Amino acid sequence: MPSDLVHLYMRIDHLPQIWCPGCGNGVIMRDVAVAIDELIHDEENSINREDIVIVSGIGCSSRAAGYLDFNSIHTTHGRAIAFASGIKMANPKLHVIVLTGDGDCSAIGGNHLIHAARRNLGLTVVCFNNDIYGMTGGQYSPTTPHGDRATTAPYGNVDRPFDIANLASGAGASFSARGDVYHARETIDIIKQAILHKGFSLVDVYSICPTYYGRKNKKGDAVEMLKWQKENLVPTARYYSMSEGERANKKLIGILSFNDYPEYTEEYARIIALCRKAKKK
Amino acid sequence: MYGRKKLVIEEKWCKGCGICAAFCPKEVLEIRAEKVAVRDVEQCISCGLCELRCPDYAIYLVNMEE
Repeated sequence: MPSDLVHLYMRIDHLPQIWCPGCGNGVIMRDVAVAIDELIHDEENSINREDIVIVSGIGCSSRAAGYLDFNSIHTTHGRAIAFASGIKMANPKLHVIVLTGDGDCSAIGGNHLIHAARRNLGLTVVCFNNDIYGMTGGQYSPTTPHGDRATTAPYGNVDRPFDIANLASGAGASFSARGDVYHARETIDIIKQAILHKGFSLVDVYSICPTYYGRKNKKGDAVEMLKWQKENLVPTARYYSMSEGERANKKLIGILSFNDYPEYTEEYARIIALCRKAKKK
Repeated sequence: MYGRKKLVIEEKWCKGCGICAAFCPKEVLEIRAEKVAVRDVEQCISCGLCELRCPDYAIYLVNMEE
């Protein structure tokens, strides 16, 4: 008998999930389920379960759309945001949540990401960022750090990595944040805020891949990789109480940028209303 | 054991990654034969950190009344 949360929001017949032992994706998927559950039961900002749509692309992360029991669609590689854009445009009242990975949304799907961000279309993108292509055998991705190893970078990665949260923010997203596996409670709160945010919101969640990234780079097992997150990723309140020196080599877990730029479907509805009014005259 | 919650393990779903045992603040859990096992349930404070970070939903807390 699994927990009530799993019973309520996951497709039990698809479980146990097939991610590797210690993979961070299971924790992030649970974070999303808890965030939605808390919003459904929130008296102030209550959302309807029927209004939630989960969209995923291809990759380890994207299996989540199959496990989560909502209106869901598992699409083609890199196109999750493209499908999600169509759904949101057709029915703007829906909460469209894209579950994607670093390869899916910043390599093949990079264009969809930056243009949805530029338009500030009201999607919530949760990127399961494990620094590598896990499903296909550990090739380096656009977020693999410089010098790190992958099956396609046996002497170290030559590329510089993307910082997906800053990339989205630079492209115009009105909400960009970072979460991780270790700080699950903080990450749940960030995902809740991202879902409630009207414009384009992106949460870059640092996952762990002990099987490929961890093993290739001698980072230890899942426990060791989470200990690294505990020591090097710092939630907002503590981060801002640290001195410049203490912050060196540490990364902030929290909201990185936020503004109230107009949301795309609202702007689009305004144009439709304007045209209808002109036609009547 | 204090608090109001009971620790439940779904052994079939456990892949033995050890995350729950490593981050349990009271060392309640351990890994035995590649599965999570309760070492000392008396120490459990029902904080729920094991459930929060289990990638496989193999450990969780339920209210005692249930």
